[in-house]
Amino acid sequence: MFRHEIKEVLLLSLDTIRSNKMRSFLTILGVVIGVMTVIGMASVIEGLNRSFASGLSSLGSSTIFVTRLPQIQFGNLTQEQRRRKFLVYEDALALKEDCPAVAAVSPLSFPGLVTSPAKYGANQANGVQVRGVVADFMRIFDSPLDQGRFISDYDVEHRTNVAVLGSEVVDTLFPSLDPLGKTITWDGQEYVVVGTLQKVGSFLGQDRDNRILLPFSTVRKYYPNRRDIFVAVLPTSQETMQTAIDQIIEVLRRRRHVRPDQDNDFDVGTSDSISELYHSITGGAYMVMLVISSIGLLVGGIGVMNIMLVSVTERTREIGVRKAIGARRKDILWQFLLEAMVLTGVGGVLGILVGAGISWLVNAFSPLPSAVSVIWVVIAFSVSVSVGLFFGLYPANKAAKLDPIEALRYE
Amino acid sequence: MGKNGNRPMILTEDLWKTYEMGSEKIHALHGVSFEIRQNEYVAIMGPSGSGKSTLMNVIGCLDTPSQGKYYINDRLVSELSDDELAYIRNKEIGFVFQTFNLLSRATALHNVELPLIYNGTPSVERLERAKASLVKVDLGDRMGHKPNELSGGQRQRVAIARALVNNPSIILADEPTGNLDTATGVEIMNLFERLWEQGNTIVLVTHEHDIAAHANRIIHLRDGRIERDEIVRQVEAQKPQPQTTEAAT
Ligand SMILES: Nc1ncnc2c1ncn2[C@@H]1O[C@H](COP(=O)(O)OP(=O)(O)OP(=O)(O)O)[C@@H](O)[C@H]1O
Ligand SMILES: [Mg+2]
Repeated sequence: MFRHEIKEVLLLSLDTIRSNKMRSFLTILGVVIGVMTVIGMASVIEGLNRSFASGLSSLGSSTIFVTRLPQIQFGNLTQEQRRRKFLVYEDALALKEDCPAVAAVSPLSFPGLVTSPAKYGANQANGVQVRGVVADFMRIFDSPLDQGRFISDYDVEHRTNVAVLGSEVVDTLFPSLDPLGKTITWDGQEYVVVGTLQKVGSFLGQDRDNRILLPFSTVRKYYPNRRDIFVAVLPTSQETMQTAIDQIIEVLRRRRHVRPDQDNDFDVGTSDSISELYHSITGGAYMVMLVISSIGLLVGGIGVMNIMLVSVTERTREIGVRKAIGARRKDILWQFLLEAMVLTGVGGVLGILVGAGISWLVNAFSPLPSAVSVIWVVIAFSVSVSVGLFFGLYPANKAAKLDPIEALRYE
Repeated sequence: MGKNGNRPMILTEDLWKTYEMGSEKIHALHGVSFEIRQNEYVAIMGPSGSGKSTLMNVIGCLDTPSQGKYYINDRLVSELSDDELAYIRNKEIGFVFQTFNLLSRATALHNVELPLIYNGTPSVERLERAKASLVKVDLGDRMGHKPNELSGGQRQRVAIARALVNNPSIILADEPTGNLDTATGVEIMNLFERLWEQGNTIVLVTHEHDIAAHANRIIHLRDGRIERDEIVRQVEAQKPQPQTTEAAT
């Protein structure tokens, strides 16, 4: 029986919203803001999650990083940090020699800020990321060779001008040719392509396929001022990770003459510790999201309750008329409940649209990835409708309980 | 529905309605007993404050008496649940108000459809019956109009179409011409006359003797009591008499 009324009531409540546009909008603003926050933040977190998950796996979950400066730090460097000695190639060698729990070590050297494109003939690849590595890099990072060979010990020893290209660089510079054996130019130097890498995807908006790997020593040769290097370490197994870390710390403290009462003047981190930190940050973001949206929904809900109470009063006579021609309590109850639910539902839809717009903007104009999450859309919509149901209950019940004759006599 | 002419459609026994205003007690109904049978046309008259509206509201199951018994089609109303009362208001009673009481945002057609919506009539049948009902009150060409696009007389005819749409046992009209000018009032009274001739049972409240003269029975109320209950014309029970024009003069 009730089915016949739903359409009528839905149309009627949309009509009520339309005839009181401003009032309705202000009423549901809280719901709009709450839902917008959920959708916007959830889609950024969702985007981060996706790229982070794929990003982490391609780092290899058990990679250990050794750096001179803290790997994650909020705020400026301290005096002590600025005065720290640089890590050197020999440190990397020593780690491989002296740490039994370590399987492979690769120092990474950087050319610094170079904006010139890589070129082959008329083709140019912009924004390429250039790293100096050693042969062991292949074992540490999950970036399989596609063609040719990787950088060899010989290359590192003799500072040869050879290059291994990421898949995107290959696509840009050699759309139709075989890249192997070709000579590319980058920042005024020429390099012979000896190998190419398979596609690995992007991470935190950083395109890791748009990169060129050179011998560690070659980068150091051309960019002698860039003395800050990283060392990437692969432990013998997942189980020996902690042992490897302890051994690395011990070896480095000895080599860098750190006194027993002093703290480490370097940082050792793992991709696990990075992901832990990542999860604590996104966990915090989720909390902020929940708090903002709960406040929004609460404010919206109270607004809806208020407006529905006003509506019940304004329409007392209408309620009387409906009862006089045969509306039961539950008919009136559902009429007002549905109206409240349509109101917050419309707020939810608006919030979802604005949130999706924000997510799109973030994607287009910031390095952060974002993807609207279907689950959160469903959750946000259901919650906003439920807010209408919950906060509509009191006014709707008040309307349903009205005495027909008193409602009809209401002026 | 008890279409049996022998059984009263409406039967009241010693109805009281008492309002307490502070220490004072006002008896809007002061022991009212009467019965109304199938196809009667009853006018209720009386001075202002004599309890006419109160009585109509009780008969229409909108209000409950403080004391006494009220049977509609042999069912004791005081024993009915809320939903059953709603059902009776929907199916057995067609109420016509002095102030029309239409939904202002809905079209004439939708206003007439409303009682059918509340008893779950499927939409196709609902539309058909609502249209037929509007045609009956000569408003076939105004179905899409909202109340504020209609004249007073037209509004009251929409309200009558709404009252008729469920084929109620009885039509209750509380001063249906009270808000209309004389000519329009006559039009509405002709419509009631026609409905009565088609077999409907009508109870109508009015101040005016001219209007009461359309009825075949007049109940005079004073201070909540029946002062006089007179038969004006003998009912030729259920035989349609096409004398509309004569009655209007
Ligand atoms: N809700 C109420 N509270 C108190 N007294 C009431 C209430 N409703 C009606 N009354 C009183 O009951 C009496 C009868 O009222 P009712 O409305 O039935 O009169 P009426 O005959 O319809 O008058 P009118 O011709 O002016 O419409 C009046 O004295 C009125 O003041
Ligand atoms: Mg009255």
